[in-house]
Amino acid sequence: MSTLAIDKGGPRRKVKYGSMSRDRAWALRWSYFFLVLFAIFFLTPPLYMVITSLKSSAEISAATNPWWVFHPTLANYVELLTSNQFLRFFWNSSIVSLVVVVVTMLISIPAAFALARMKFWGSTTLATGVFLTYLVPDSLLFIPLFKMLALVQDITGITLLNRWYVLLFIYPTLTVPFCTWIMIGYFASIPKELDEAAIIDGASWLQTLTRIFIPVALPGLIAATIFAFTVSWAQFLYPLVFTTSIDQLVLPVGITTTLIKGDVFNWGQIMTGALLGAAPPLIIYAFLMDYYIAGLTAGATKG
Amino acid sequence: MADVVVQHARAARTTSARKGGSLHNALRRKSTVAFFLTLPLILLIALFVLYPALFSIHLASLNKSMQKFVGFGNFTFLFKRETFWMVVKQSCIFAVTAVFFKALIGFIVAHFVHNIPAKGQRKWRGMLLVPWVIPPAMSTLAWLWLFDPSYSAFNYTLSLFGIGPINWLGDAAWARFSVILVNVWYGAPFFLIMYLAALKSVPDQLYEAAAIDGANWWQKIWFITLPMMRNIIAITTLFSLIVTFANFDIVRILTSGGPLDQTQIFATYAFRVGIESNDIPLGASVSLFMVPILAVAAIFILRDVNKRGNES
Repeated sequence: MSTLAIDKGGPRRKVKYGSMSRDRAWALRWSYFFLVLFAIFFLTPPLYMVITSLKSSAEISAATNPWWVFHPTLANYVELLTSNQFLRFFWNSSIVSLVVVVVTMLISIPAAFALARMKFWGSTTLATGVFLTYLVPDSLLFIPLFKMLALVQDITGITLLNRWYVLLFIYPTLTVPFCTWIMIGYFASIPKELDEAAIIDGASWLQTLTRIFIPVALPGLIAATIFAFTVSWAQFLYPLVFTTSIDQLVLPVGITTTLIKGDVFNWGQIMTGALLGAAPPLIIYAFLMDYYIAGLTAGATKG
Repeated sequence: MADVVVQHARAARTTSARKGGSLHNALRRKSTVAFFLTLPLILLIALFVLYPALFSIHLASLNKSMQKFVGFGNFTFLFKRETFWMVVKQSCIFAVTAVFFKALIGFIVAHFVHNIPAKGQRKWRGMLLVPWVIPPAMSTLAWLWLFDPSYSAFNYTLSLFGIGPINWLGDAAWARFSVILVNVWYGAPFFLIMYLAALKSVPDQLYEAAAIDGANWWQKIWFITLPMMRNIIAITTLFSLIVTFANFDIVRILTSGGPLDQTQIFATYAFRVGIESNDIPLGASVSLFMVPILAVAAIFILRDVNKRGNES
């Protein structure tokens, strides 16, 4: 009798262990299954861009299977990369984004340093103000900014509207608050002993910033730089409102306004343009993914 | 003589430097330095954010030719327009639905990514974040093409199952659905990343203790995961609410408000009225309607962020 009971107890326990690990194995399989489903959902549009960009207009209008390329061709790429107009958009976008990144860093690093380390009158209010500015969306300000630029143009005679360089003044309003905010976080996490030691050794505030803070907070600096670049590269509303002549357009506006002509949609070329326009942020992301994600998650936390 | 003068000067300089080293002077110097370091930031915010914000209140009180002061005339005019109320309704539906599904999908996918072995997580996370990295204006073009009624992929695929061609962007109900779908596609990865970071910070012991007490997966989520992530969920949702509510790119490129202004939201309607129809004061009034909702969300975010800052 007793041996029987033990025998019963043994296998039952074994079954229980087995079921638990089997549960885990199933959970894993389901996780992969759903991840694949979601990956399909998330990656369909970019993949579809690639597929369409390899097709000729004839193949697209023949309405064959849209998910497959039967006669791959690079004609769309060749046409866009040799078109002066498209290269002009690319050039405008690049120069605007690069200058905005430099301006952003020049403004936000010193400001973040002051806000993180020098407690002065109104410093906490200013830090809060910076965060609030980050929450002000572009769609709230584009009309008054448009009118402001028009008024300045009327008064001073300097042409501001319909010039790409006006974006150099406007884009920093989108990038500087966030970059300052995350740099405050990174600077505040540097141990006080480090800059105290520098001050004791006779370093000036400026030297403390350039010799201690910038090297130590370099990961944060890279994250902020990536953020500033992607924001200014992707910005659509401001250039749409402020610039209209074809030679003044940046890439997102250029592609949406010039490649879509009336009712004739040359989808192969539009997709190629969109893909080339998405390439710089994607390449940066591919190489610096960890910094990108660090910047993303740092925004909602205070250091 | 000259030598003596130089030495005098040097002596004077060293004494003044020593004086500068005293506590009071150092403080005074520090605040001046701080002022100059923050000056560009203050100027930028004052000139290009604060001033335009106030200027738009002034603009909203003028008539179309901007010659005459009309007080609340633009607002009362908007209140009488049926289109305006449709915009208000559509903006709220759009923002709330999109944020809800972004948060839900982000939460679910974050769990799946968290579930799989750690060495594969990086790869999946990298893949799933791609929609957030592509400039929205570019990816919306791809969606516009996917939605194309006669030549493109969605209707082709549906026709294989015998489902008739859907007029994705021409039919009001489908257009609303499409606009929200694209927004969810674009925004869900952001939630995924935030939630994944939050999930990683929940200590494993809590789940082990719950497992010993016999909790099932639902109880683990309800009693451990959600309370531990409450703050990050609140911040992310509120933040996304602001961004979605003020969205412009996706609706503009996909439908530009059509058909018959059925998908128009605040930003696109302000653009239509203010820039395309050249009625700047009315456009400014439309975009000012976003302020109350944005302000409420901003206040809550600020409270949560400060709370988080104090905790850590």
